[in-house]
Amino acid sequence: MNLSETFKVAWEGLALNKVRSFLTTLGVIIGVASVIMMLAVSAGAEAAIAEQINALGANLIIISPMRGVPGAGRTLLYDDVEAIIENVRGIDGVSAEFQTVQDVRGGTGNLSDISVLGVTSDFPGVRDYELSDGRFFTAEENERKLKVAVLGYGIARDLFGEESPIGQQITIGSTKMTVIGMMEEKGMVADVDYDGRVYIPITVMYQKFNPTRIGSDRVRTIYVKAESKEAMDSVINQITVLLAERHDVDPAQPDFNIQTQQDIISTQEATTEAFRNLLAWVAGVSLVVGGIGIMNIMLVSVTERTREIGLRQALGARPRDVLLQFLIEAVTLSLVGGLVGVLVGVGGAELLGRLGDMRTAIVPASVPLAFGAAAAVGIFFGYYPATKAAQLDPIEALRRE
Amino acid sequence: MNENGNLIETHGLTRIYGSGDATVRALDGVDLQVKRGEFVAVMGPSGSGKSTLMNILGCLDRPTAGQYILEGEDVSRLSRDELARVRNRKIGFVFQSYNLLPRLSAVKNVMLPLLYNSDEHLAKEERYERAIAALESVGLGDRVHHRPNEMSGGQQQRVAIARALVNRPAIILADEPTGNLDTRSSIEIMDLLHQLHRDGATIVMVTHDPDIAAHAQRVICVRDGKIESDGHDATGPCLERGRYDESE
Repeated sequence: MNLSETFKVAWEGLALNKVRSFLTTLGVIIGVASVIMMLAVSAGAEAAIAEQINALGANLIIISPMRGVPGAGRTLLYDDVEAIIENVRGIDGVSAEFQTVQDVRGGTGNLSDISVLGVTSDFPGVRDYELSDGRFFTAEENERKLKVAVLGYGIARDLFGEESPIGQQITIGSTKMTVIGMMEEKGMVADVDYDGRVYIPITVMYQKFNPTRIGSDRVRTIYVKAESKEAMDSVINQITVLLAERHDVDPAQPDFNIQTQQDIISTQEATTEAFRNLLAWVAGVSLVVGGIGIMNIMLVSVTERTREIGLRQALGARPRDVLLQFLIEAVTLSLVGGLVGVLVGVGGAELLGRLGDMRTAIVPASVPLAFGAAAAVGIFFGYYPATKAAQLDPIEALRRE
Repeated sequence: MNENGNLIETHGLTRIYGSGDATVRALDGVDLQVKRGEFVAVMGPSGSGKSTLMNILGCLDRPTAGQYILEGEDVSRLSRDELARVRNRKIGFVFQSYNLLPRLSAVKNVMLPLLYNSDEHLAKEERYERAIAALESVGLGDRVHHRPNEMSGGQQQRVAIARALVNRPAIILADEPTGNLDTRSSIEIMDLLHQLHRDGATIVMVTHDPDIAAHAQRVICVRDGKIESDGHDATGPCLERGRYDESE
């Protein structure tokens, strides 16, 4: 008896008990779907992390005000940025950021609610973000509070089309500014539209768009780029001591928060890993439960069809023919479960990516992997019932009612 | 084929069940010869050993001692796989309860033995044609796609006989072939077996019905694991005794 015929016989056997066959495969369906979703969540998280690194730049240290700490009276000031530049060794650049939302006019466009970022001259270097045209403003221009602006790629296109924006006048809020540069195209990264922003000197920001309406020049975030990965720890220590002294707080209980990319990534990894572990657990348990279900139903099937087995033996089926028939029946069951599981898994991963705040990316290799797992379950758990069928004594089997 | 023309030869065929003190000697040194083309009936009361004899003749069981030579080949010590092959190629079974697979049509039921025929490697079309030919030879050419539950008992038994014939076996072993049938269907089946016999088939048939046994050329009576009588005329004492024991 050849393999395709055996598959056909197995299929006919299963089609006899459609509901029973479906219920039996439920465990395999859930298991396989979990495998696919687990890998999709992992791949999605990896992609998100890679983007994050890409968006922030390498060897980055992020300083922000500590929230909700008792006695954290002062917040980060622009003076702190200058102090870090002057005192901390082992750094490549420091960029402070403060953001506001303004209407932007210029050329043929009139754009409302645009993100305008006040930054320092080190911004492109610190954030690994290149210009595609013109130049970024210098430290001197920042100090002199010159009204110059660098446009994100999308803003430049919206305002000036294909023309070069360099040297053009734009109006941000009610302040006229000269465009001196355009950033490279970057697109949406980690939910931030980099192309839809305008960059101006942070000093101009304080002067013209003081968003806090408070006289002081507060900074929301300071980005420090360390020279190298090895210099990170030293830089963090120097900054901690420096800022604690300037803010007059205990370095062990600072009023600011220092993070590295690694911290951000670790937090993200921790959440996705918890979810991934849950899915792995579900996958493992489901496949085992599904396998036991298949074994159980195959044992029932062997008992129900004892007489058929006896007849087939009398007609010339060898033990291995009977073994193969029942093994293939079990594998067919698990593969059908695998197929449905792949569909459910792909659908589930898509749904999870759309509805939840978790990124998912379906891994093509997970499909054959899941099928392989399903087939393995079928063979492993189908072997015992199939052996039982193959070892039946034909005389006993034929006598069974 | 060996020179003396015997299709079946047994020497001191013995089958013992169980072990220790609880042994049962179901067959006790049976010597039996069946020639090619013979139509033999085996009779005997329940527990006489006739079922054990049929199981061994059908290669479903192996003797504890003694020899069974089928078409010149000693099959008494073959492995399970080898026995399966012998059953497939040399033996056609007809059972009391037909043993058709209910979900398969007549022709598919008849094709089953061909599925396990690994010697001839028949293509699907050849298997189908041989099954159709077998069904036509038992007069069911117009019922090939019917399922068992769409046929009468007599028709189902004829499908089973077609299945027994399809691999062109050396011998047909029929175990109470009319046991589940009414008189009219029984006559039909016996007519069919007669026809097969006339065409040259060798048939060994177990029955407890003397009227059915009377169809055979030769009646073997088994009792207490031994052959009690073996004759070419329907031996009266065996039949009488057989009937008496069955009603007990």
